[in-house]
Amino acid sequence: MAASGSGGSDRQRVAQQRLRIIAGHLRRPADDDWAVRAAECKAPQSESSAPAEGKKTMPRRRQEIMKWNGWGYNDTKFLFNKKGQTEFTGKRYRLSGMIVPGLQDWFETTFGASVHHKSPATTTLNSSAVPPPNLNEAFVEELKSTGVPFSHDAEDRVFRANGHCLHEIFPLREGKIGRVPDSVVWPNCHNDVVKIVELACKHNVCLIPFGGGTSVSSALECPLEETRSIVSLDTSQMNRILWIDEKNLTAHVEAGIIGQDLERLLNESGYCTGHEPDSMEFSSLGGWVATRASGMKKNVYGNIEDLVVHIKMVTPQGVIEKSCQGPRMSTGPDIHHFILGSEGTLGLVTEVTMKIRPVPAYQKYGSVVFPDFEQGVACLREVARQRCAPASIRLMDNKQFQFGHALKPQGSSIFTSFVDGLKKFYITKFKGFDPNRLCVATLLFEGDREKVLQHEKQVYDIAAKFGGLAAGEDNGQRGYMLTFVIAYLRDLGLDYYVIAESFETSVPWDRVLDVCRNVKARIVRECKERGVQFSPLSTCRVTQTYDAGACVYFYFAFNYRGLSDPIHTFEQVEHAAREEILANGGSLSHHHGVGKLRKQWMRDTVSNVGIGMLKSVKDYLDPNNIFGNRNLY
Amino acid sequence: MASTSGYSIRDSMMMKKRDEFQDLLEERRNSSDLRYAFRCYSPVLYKELSPCTASSLKNLVLRSDQLRFVMSQVCQETGRAVVDIQEEASAILEEMAHNLQLSTVRFFAFTLCKVFKTLFRSICVNEEGIQRLQQVIQEHPVVLLPSHRSYMDFLLMSYIMYTYDVALPVIAAGMDFMGMKFVGEMLRMSGAFFIRRSFGSDKLYWAIFSEYVKTMVKNGFAPVEFFLEGTRSRTSKSLTPKLGLLNIVMDPFFKGEVFDLNLVPVSISYERILEESLYARELLGVPKPKESTSGLIKARKVLSEDYGSIHVYFGEPVSVRSLSQGKIDRSQFNLLPRHIPRRPSEEISSLVNDTAYRLVRAQEENMVLQPWVLLASLLLQSHHQNQVTALDQLTEQAVWLRDLSRQFGAFLHWPDDVPPSEVVSSSLSLHRGLVKISEGRVQLALDQAEQSDPEEPPRAATPEEELLSQAVTVLSCASYRNQALHIFLRPALLASAVLAASSNNKQEVFNSFSFLRNMLSNEFILCPGATVQDFEDACFLLVKTGALQVSQQEVVVTETGHRTLAFLTSVLDPFLQGYQVVCRFLCEEATEALTEKQFVPAVRTFILKLLLAGRLRYTEVLSSDLQKNSLAALMRLGAVQKIKGAEPGTLKVNKVMVNSLEDTLGGKLPTQKAAVARL
Repeated sequence: MAASGSGGSDRQRVAQQRLRIIAGHLRRPADDDWAVRAAECKAPQSESSAPAEGKKTMPRRRQEIMKWNGWGYNDTKFLFNKKGQTEFTGKRYRLSGMIVPGLQDWFETTFGASVHHKSPATTTLNSSAVPPPNLNEAFVEELKSTGVPFSHDAEDRVFRANGHCLHEIFPLREGKIGRVPDSVVWPNCHNDVVKIVELACKHNVCLIPFGGGTSVSSALECPLEETRSIVSLDTSQMNRILWIDEKNLTAHVEAGIIGQDLERLLNESGYCTGHEPDSMEFSSLGGWVATRASGMKKNVYGNIEDLVVHIKMVTPQGVIEKSCQGPRMSTGPDIHHFILGSEGTLGLVTEVTMKIRPVPAYQKYGSVVFPDFEQGVACLREVARQRCAPASIRLMDNKQFQFGHALKPQGSSIFTSFVDGLKKFYITKFKGFDPNRLCVATLLFEGDREKVLQHEKQVYDIAAKFGGLAAGEDNGQRGYMLTFVIAYLRDLGLDYYVIAESFETSVPWDRVLDVCRNVKARIVRECKERGVQFSPLSTCRVTQTYDAGACVYFYFAFNYRGLSDPIHTFEQVEHAAREEILANGGSLSHHHGVGKLRKQWMRDTVSNVGIGMLKSVKDYLDPNNIFGNRNLY
Repeated sequence: MASTSGYSIRDSMMMKKRDEFQDLLEERRNSSDLRYAFRCYSPVLYKELSPCTASSLKNLVLRSDQLRFVMSQVCQETGRAVVDIQEEASAILEEMAHNLQLSTVRFFAFTLCKVFKTLFRSICVNEEGIQRLQQVIQEHPVVLLPSHRSYMDFLLMSYIMYTYDVALPVIAAGMDFMGMKFVGEMLRMSGAFFIRRSFGSDKLYWAIFSEYVKTMVKNGFAPVEFFLEGTRSRTSKSLTPKLGLLNIVMDPFFKGEVFDLNLVPVSISYERILEESLYARELLGVPKPKESTSGLIKARKVLSEDYGSIHVYFGEPVSVRSLSQGKIDRSQFNLLPRHIPRRPSEEISSLVNDTAYRLVRAQEENMVLQPWVLLASLLLQSHHQNQVTALDQLTEQAVWLRDLSRQFGAFLHWPDDVPPSEVVSSSLSLHRGLVKISEGRVQLALDQAEQSDPEEPPRAATPEEELLSQAVTVLSCASYRNQALHIFLRPALLASAVLAASSNNKQEVFNSFSFLRNMLSNEFILCPGATVQDFEDACFLLVKTGALQVSQQEVVVTETGHRTLAFLTSVLDPFLQGYQVVCRFLCEEATEALTEKQFVPAVRTFILKLLLAGRLRYTEVLSSDLQKNSLAALMRLGAVQKIKGAEPGTLKVNKVMVNSLEDTLGGKLPTQKAAVARL
């Protein structure tokens, strides 16, 4: 980003704008300079030309701004300081530079961990540990002649060999490098991709698309059985909004754009997509399409499959796209649905036309406390039945609520903590909620101010029927903050012998409680049986609601001191947890995808015939397995 | 497949060390019963328990999806009004539901204390078992599965739970108790809920009943307690488990509604059973008196007698989740709403069946055996051989049998610090109603049997009456011997097979073993599909005791093994003879029109004739239990069929087959090649 030296002020401005998106969840909306900037930036939008190059967030050399063996920005991390307090470094987030007084205590008591027992990561990548590239010389020669930039640099290649599964990050922290791509290519536009795919077919080279690199399904891992030269197709430079159509409220965007840039650039024109997966800081549009991503505010804007109007994908067989942009078609099976969720096995998505919406006038957070999780789920179910879900509604279980609470930054005034104390007294003593059973729903409303207030009342009225008490905006906001900092927190845990992972599922309403209870209990039991010395953190939240069911998100973490092979133990537990989900009627994945991590269950999930159908599409589009990441099946 | 889930004697012998017992009455004899009844009772509860009263439980059931679905189904099928059906449903639930109240339990605790102290010398409980139970109660819903030998069982269970601060159970009881007006209500308030003995195809009743039980399991309201055997065993042998309730309680696990469920087998053994001669008479055809309050009061005279001690052993909790691992695919419920009733799948049925057998075997295994049980076995054998045993000879035999049964893994309560002669004589004196000792010689007290009924004026008895009265003593005695049968069963089957087989060839012995085992599997607890394992267990035990040598090819009796084998074969002989007699009856006497109902009286008459004519040695063949079991076995094997003729339940006898079975049992025909299992 701004690497070409577009000046300090520019850099700062970009950072600030990006911050605003995240800040949408982390602070009150509509701060003064938002209005100013929106007006100011509207001018250059009118033409279909691309925004200035300087605004790119993601440089080709990602390692300049991002960690190669951990989550997120180099300058941002949690650490326990010498005063026994927790700091969040950097300047990028609302929490940045703040002290989190409760975290260390929570961390030590929850995991039985100690700040004196460190397990630090290797800081620098030892290039000599990286196997030399296996190059297809003829391919490289022809590629050079196309002028598309590429690299065989060890750092570049290592960076694109993994996503963010624990079993991918953990070895990197120890400096262990497995199979990595042999080269990295940065196409600049659709035509570049067409050329690269043609060359790959001609020279039988394996291509693995790489978008934001936030995969948590082992989708980016290079298959060990692959003997051909592996080329990572990094789409980060295909990041322009090609045009905005205000009449139809659509935008045509290159698929390499990452979420925060897309929102920022659209905001400048007064629009948004409203698609906000938790990974939106780094994940790309093409990645969303390829994994059937889901955004936090899907209740208002829809999931990715509802948002795309048109997709262009380059396959070894040629380019696939529809001939028009009609909002719905009855033209046989929707070919978009071969592409959505194809996880990079069929081709590379290059351009997407997406629905856009005017930026909402008003946003409001909220939260509701319920006496127990059962009541909370019943309330969410009722909200879904009445189809009045706010932009986002999530229900955290008791453990996660306490986790969120531990992340409370140092109080700005005595008054807030006094009010907090009163609130706590009212809920636990006066209302008789058991602090170890109560749970919290976090809410985000969006739209016209009046409608939001009306909507808010409706939801709180329903909540009241299930014993829910309004618990303020602050609790709500902090709940959403947790999802953005959770990955940074995992790195903190890893520094102190604690490993952690998250996974998700979708499940019919009548099964929600059963899945939550059984999966959490299964994790605890498996950890115990596999010799984990300390009881694990096993927590969940109901994170999306649908007419016929909900999406449930689990976190689990444990202290691995005393285990000889923590990753193996961890994988066994994770495997058991997935088995438990499936046994209880949960799906293989709601939005993370299958990748290679979950492909053993694909056949049972979609039936033999289903696998056959998918394979026959693959056989037609890519008979030589050029897109050879071997995800899905 | 089933053999892998079977219950291996070897494994359990090697793995298990049994807990110690503590006497519960000792403290009661030394401190105030009243204070005990009012003591602070604060049991540990299921951690996910959502507090709920007995009456709100009923509402939960009535409002459940399951019940609503069935009600609307019944509505459509019968055309009855919804309100009508709803009323019927709540009436059924009223009739069924318990109304557990601590005050009533306290009352019972007080009264039972008094009663127990007069009746019993001690009530011994393994406290470690109680501690295990308390642990698992916190973690997951618990189902208690006691053995059932006496009416005392369930009050005793609740009494123990109260004493040890364990959550009080709710107990599935048969409707017959409800006949006792006041007592029925008292039992209801102490946690009993009542189930009709038969409700055939009454969909609504079934739905309410199963939903009621499942709701309690799911909520963790209280440990659910029921008797796997379905009814009190009149013979002291374990009964073939009934699967209905077990199916119901395991269902919430299969459907993912609970994370796990623990099944806890409990073995209750009485040194002397209260209902001893009552049972014997019932088996001989005197119908069981209907339970009534006045009957219970009449039973007061039992209060003056000494019934020895009771041993209650809380077994190792069995996790349903572990049992199901790799056997049940719980995702089979993914595609149909779970509240729609449907038949359990084959894999589930077979798991429930295996589990039931496994638990009954666990009950058997933890059943404490008193020395008297061994004495009864010996005395019966000498009775059958028309011998009268000298007391010291009996002691010698008892010591021999003690050692043998210990080697077989029996849970024998033989005080080793007391000289064997004293052990024998004190056992005999506790059961003086059944034995006669004169001039240092011991035999069964056949002439005293009727004395226990003084209301009847003495009169000259017909030979038939005399025989029946002797039979009461023999059957009472047999019921004690039966307590030890599970110890000897497998070796005895092998011993009989060795005797019956025409050569020492191992395969031939196995065939014969397999035949006998198959024939007797309605009589004893023999896990389905575990023939090979049972054979190997039997070989293991007899080789271990030095009675047999088993090689790849051969099974050979050793020099010293004859005594053991003789004892074992005569353990099984009454049963084998009994089955042959039943076969003979069916071949010789059964008419075309014989119904299942008429079978027992008819076969009894036939047997009485044989006994009086001196053509049959074993009086205990008169037991209707044996007769019914053998008929069930013959029906299972297809030798007898129940047909829907003019009379429902008419029996169609395949005489050729029955005849050949009889001959094979009698050793006149060689065993057919085992159809199912080979070694």
